[in-house]
Amino acid sequence: MAGRALGMGGGMEPAVIGARQADGTNGSHEPAFALHVEDLTATYSGDAVLWDVDLNVPPGVLAAIVGPNGAGKSTLLKCVIGAMRPAAGHVYVFGHPYRRQRHRVAYVPQRTSVDWDFPTTALDVVTMGLYGRLGWFRVPRRRETDEALQALALVGMDAYAERQISQLSGGQQQRVFLARALVQDADLYLMDEPFAGVDATTERAIVDLLKDLRARGKTVVAVHHDLQTVATYFDWLALLNVRLIAQGPVTEVYTPEHLRAAYGPRVVLLGVGGHAPQP
Amino acid sequence: MTGLQGWLDQPGVTIVLVGALVGVAASLLGAFLVLRRESMLSDAISHSVLIGIVLAYLLTGALDSPLHVVGAALAGLLTVWLTDVLVRSRRVKSDAAIGLVFPALFAVAVLLINVYARDVHLDTDAVLLGEIGFAWLDVVRVGPLEVARSLLTMLVITLVNLAFVVFLYKELKLATFDAMLATALGFRPGLVGYALLALVSVTAVGAFDAVGAILFVAFVIVPPTAAYLVTDRLWRMLVLGCLVAVGSSVGGYALALSFDVSIGGAMASTTGVFLLLALIVGKHGIVARALRRRTPGPPPSILRERETGGAP
Repeated sequence: MAGRALGMGGGMEPAVIGARQADGTNGSHEPAFALHVEDLTATYSGDAVLWDVDLNVPPGVLAAIVGPNGAGKSTLLKCVIGAMRPAAGHVYVFGHPYRRQRHRVAYVPQRTSVDWDFPTTALDVVTMGLYGRLGWFRVPRRRETDEALQALALVGMDAYAERQISQLSGGQQQRVFLARALVQDADLYLMDEPFAGVDATTERAIVDLLKDLRARGKTVVAVHHDLQTVATYFDWLALLNVRLIAQGPVTEVYTPEHLRAAYGPRVVLLGVGGHAPQP
Repeated sequence: MTGLQGWLDQPGVTIVLVGALVGVAASLLGAFLVLRRESMLSDAISHSVLIGIVLAYLLTGALDSPLHVVGAALAGLLTVWLTDVLVRSRRVKSDAAIGLVFPALFAVAVLLINVYARDVHLDTDAVLLGEIGFAWLDVVRVGPLEVARSLLTMLVITLVNLAFVVFLYKELKLATFDAMLATALGFRPGLVGYALLALVSVTAVGAFDAVGAILFVAFVIVPPTAAYLVTDRLWRMLVLGCLVAVGSSVGGYALALSFDVSIGGAMASTTGVFLLLALIVGKHGIVARALRRRTPGPPPSILRERETGGAP
């Protein structure tokens, strides 16, 4: 059982979930950016949490959005999915407004943003990922349940399908959330802190999963908080602190100068110089 | 047909049926309010619908016009919207906001009754307690049958609520569990929430004559909460909530007859008995939790972390 849970990246067969990729949704007519944010400004009761942010994420990368607390990372994702109306600016997903691209985007909220005592099962939560395809009033049937079970198997959680969700550990809950995103078979995955509060095993499993998504040409944009792992987990980086500090390939952006600009002068990085990792 | 009419002519039958219908209509919606942690909005709404009823009366001069339903629904939504506005200021928390809005609206309604409608049967005691014992006195003709007016009203409202919960089950579940994903998938959870609360308002008006605000709030909150202590599935929570509501109506009426006490009060108390039972013997009740603490569980696997506390 443990082997099954651990091996969620290794044994994955792209064809199982990737039914839609055969029709060439990632064809040559794709626009230059998977996610393109233009002059985005957002405020909470008058205070700017995002100020004039321009973000360009090319397709096929694992992108991290990194910055200190209150930098507007989650707000940025909320503006993308239309959960928050920006004060100014535009968001484009594969060249079009989000509303026309919903079916190509999967969103993973912060695990702690929902009530895990809700009376439902892991399988049912994963099935929710398919509600968008079903649309209003249509109910999930056998086909949806089968797809959800397959997605649970991909994250090594099929044995827990009928578990009430409060009986899962934090790492298992995060896997259920990821399965819910996988079942959508999207082209762009937006994840809010996918590594927050998970055990080491789950963390490795999520990394494998992300790499597998990239191998299948998908784009991932994840809010991330751990500076130590950014460079190993991701290949594209946007540093944010209300304003956009820098963006680009992680090798170019992950420099002491940029990190100081984002976190303030006191940030010292392991491997970049000295210890005491957090400001 | 005469058999059915004879049955309906018994006051007890009408009383139990009205109580059961209010209970089912209220607890179907109440399950979602409880899960959204908005159950006290039902208390606010059940009071502030009065201003909708009073304004509808002042506009039409009648106490039973269809405008009542519209007025009450709008008053309920006004309550919710004003509460939202206060909460969004980020200085007033939601419990305080509810406590600020509905007494204000209720007070204005009472003043309006005092000034413009002194001679009308709209007294505030009836609003709070209702009188289900008199439900059978006011009858209307439906085809060949004479049916109590509140029975007919509650039957329609119950069917509307049932249709709402059945046809929008998936949307309600998603909006309640994860409003952010609902937004991302294009399901307008805000709209679903307002529709839910509009129906709570309409149900409150229907219940208003028959059972009053207090029994209504009891029916909204207690049966779903009792069911939530017993089951881990949303649909079972809805069904069990309805059963508790019906059981409370029947049991409450029997209790009221044998002890010669207020029928509404007895029904509300019976919901409490069911809650107590669920609290003791339910899956998430006291006994179950104590037993789980006694029996050592399986050793923690690598995947299960200690910090979540979610795993019992």
